[in-house]
Parts: sequence; structure tokens; C-alpha cells
Amino acid sequence: MNPVLLAVIVVCSIGILCAVVLVVAARFFGVEEDERVNEIRECLPGANCGACGYAGCDGYAKALAEEEGIKTNLCIPGGDAASRQISEILGVEFEDVVEQVAVIHCYGDCNHTSHKMDYVGIQSCQAAKMFYGGAGKCGFGCIGLGDCVSVCPNNAICIENGIAHIDTRKCIGCGLCAKTCPQKLITVMADVERVLVTCNNKEKGVVARQKCSNACIGCKMCVKHCPSGAISVEDNLARIDYEKCTDCGECAKHCPVGCILISDFSGIHRYSEDNEGQKF
Amino acid sequence: MKSLIIILMTSVLVNNYVLSKFLGICPFLGVSKKLNQAAGMGAAVIFVMLLATAVTWPIHTYILARNGLEYMKTIVFILVIAALVQLVEIILKKYMPSLHASLGIYLPLITTNCAVLGVTLNNINDSYNFIESMVNSLGCGLGFLLAMVLFAGVRSRLETANPPESFKGLPITLISAAIVALSFFGFSGVVDGLFA
Repeated sequence: MNPVLLAVIVVCSIGILCAVVLVVAARFFGVEEDERVNEIRECLPGANCGACGYAGCDGYAKALAEEEGIKTNLCIPGGDAASRQISEILGVEFEDVVEQVAVIHCYGDCNHTSHKMDYVGIQSCQAAKMFYGGAGKCGFGCIGLGDCVSVCPNNAICIENGIAHIDTRKCIGCGLCAKTCPQKLITVMADVERVLVTCNNKEKGVVARQKCSNACIGCKMCVKHCPSGAISVEDNLARIDYEKCTDCGECAKHCPVGCILISDFSGIHRYSEDNEGQKF
Repeated sequence: MKSLIIILMTSVLVNNYVLSKFLGICPFLGVSKKLNQAAGMGAAVIFVMLLATAVTWPIHTYILARNGLEYMKTIVFILVIAALVQLVEIILKKYMPSLHASLGIYLPLITTNCAVLGVTLNNINDSYNFIESMVNSLGCGLGFLLAMVLFAGVRSRLETANPPESFKGLPITLISAAIVALSFFGFSGVVDGLFA
């Protein structure tokens, strides 16, 4: 027989045999998967940030399809659009997602505070904190070695002037940075709030002031001027109750050290209907 | 028996597939970051290597060699190994979901792993019989596992090391891989000497 023909016939028959075996195996051993898992997975942004509480987008999609009664609005990066699509697939009522952003409660950059030592150890905040509370004078503030930068799935955080800054337009509100920060400086809050205490120092006013010119000294000026009684001072540190806060900004105006900031979070409804399809 | 032990030791230490022959570098660099993942990958490779040899050796001897088609072995082996791994995956998913969940990510990765293909082809090139081929595959798989586990240890040290900025990440990983490979060079000649 022609050797070329023989080769073609032998290889093709081996190939066909493999194919038949696989088809038979898929028919008899196949595990049926819920089609909705893939459909739901398509709606999710795929950042695998874990803000929903499941192990990535695949885990959330699987849980939604397999168990009943799981909320469809747990995906913060996906926002309203993802929640609406998932609700349509599952045939349940749509729930609104509160978009969230991460904020840093420290503004002790190079202009406000300085270092107490030259740290040359392992370049991570976690390690630096174990070594006399980090290189900065303030033991409560941002260490600035960027543990949060490395966990951010959307590159929304950068280190500038020695402290972390969050680009609220890029932030998807997953909260991974808040979990990572060894100083617990980052909180995730609804992006409608505007007034922010940018200090975490719980020491007495004089001590805090010596370390950082941006430090909250616990003078209670903000408490006196707040018309809605939303501010309290605990452990020499102002704290805003966002349930009562009306965003009037009186506290920021009267803060003598300027550690209360008004930030504008508007325009960051990243997944709203008019810019649909902007996936990460 | 002695020759089988020599084959086994040679393929684990002297002709280590990753560190001496530079086959299967992709999983070696890709999944060696954590010890348990590296061990999982190594176990999966041993399993697939043995299975692939058990199937490809008879195919070569009884189908290809009889028809004078030895030159087609590379293509046929790729085809057969790919189909085999898919089949194993389907069966595992059905009957051993927990094992599938732990191996699941690695199995498709191994489908086109050149180390697996290399073992099956080298068994033929070295004209091993079936038993010798199986022992050689086991040795290569164990060698792969050894390399993965050793390198996972090296990489865990790299995590806390502080190399110069331009060496961070992949460059320093490749350099340390080269140093580990160099240490395996010291095994050449050792195995033959043991049984001389």
C-alpha cells in the first residue's frame, strides 16, 4: 500500500477512535452543569476581588445558581447593571447596589510628618509595622510601602509623597485594601458620603501634633460646630456618624489643623447604564 | 532488577527532565510559587506520565512500528495524550469530584506539557521495553516532583529576599532556577558509580 495513504489512514483512524471514546465518555460520565452559572458569570466583571464574600466571580456565580436566597446585589464592582442582569436570569426581584469606594484615614504625607528612622528591611507595611511600628513618626499613620497597592485588582492606589492615595474613579469598592492595611487605615464607604476625617492618631493632642501637622488633636471644634450632632471625639480622635451627617461641611471649615476633608466622589458610578460594558 | 533501579535513579537525578533537559519549564516556573500547588502539579504529572506511557508504548510497538510509521510517532502521541487527559478529566469529574477539584486546574495544563511528550518519545528512542518504559516514566515524574518541591522552597525564600530592582520578579527566578539546575549537574556519573 502507498506509505502516504497508509500513514493518513492510520493516524486518522487513531484520531477518530479517540474522538469516539471521548464522545462516549462525555455521554456516559458527563456531569450536568447548570447553564445559568455561565450566564451569570458573563454578567460579573471578572475582577475576582472577593467583595461578594465568595472565592472570586466563578464562586459567586456558582453559589447564585445553586443555592436559593442569595442576594444578587453583592457584586460591588458590577454595580446595578450586573445586579439587574443576574436578577433577570434568576427571575428574582432586582435590588439596588450601593456603590462603594475605599478611603484612607491618613493624610500624613512628607509635608506634614517625617521619619523617625531609615527603614531598609523588607519592603512591606506588614513587616515594617512589626519593626517599631514603621519608619514614620506617627505609629498610627500610613507606612507607605504599598501593601494596598499590590492587592488592588484595578490599580486604583498609588503611593505619592510617602502615603497611599486612592483614585476614587478607578476604585471598585472591593475592600481588599481595607483587609490588607496593617494600620486599619482604609475603610470602604458608600460613595455618597463626602466628609472624611483624615487622621487615625489616638494619642493626646500635644503628642500627636508634634508628630504630624495634620494630626487630629481632639479639640472638639468640629463637635461644637456640627449642626446635626454627627461628630463625636473618642480616644482623642474625631469620628463621623454617617447616619446623621448631612455633608454640610461645617466641621471641615472649623477644623484648626485641617484634618477633616471634603471629598467629591461624584461621577464614579462606574457601572451605571450609560457607560455599560466598561468591564475590568 | 539492577538495570531498572539504574533507569529510575538516572531519570530522577541525572537526566532530570526539568533541570537537565529543560522540558516542562512552563509549569516549573508557573506553579512553583506555593509548596502545596507544586506538589499537586508534580503528583498530576507523575500520574499522566505513567498513563501516557502505558498507552503510547503499545500504540507505537503494535500499530506504528508494524506498519513502518515510526516517523509519525510525535503527531500520534500528541493526539493520544491530549485525548487521554481529557478522558481522565471527564471520569475524575464524575467519580472523584474532590480529587478533580484539587487536580482540576493542573490536568488541562499537562495536556500539552512537553515533559510528558518528551518522556514517551524518549522511551521509544532509548528502545526501552514496556517495563523499562514505565519505570523511566515513574522516574521522570518523580524527578519533576522533586524539582518542583525544591524550587517551591527556593521561591519561598525569594519572596522575602531583597534583590536589586531590575532583578525583581522573573529575572531572579530564572537565575535561581539556573543555580538549582547547576547543583543537579553534580549528580552526573554518580548513579553508574553506585552499581559499578
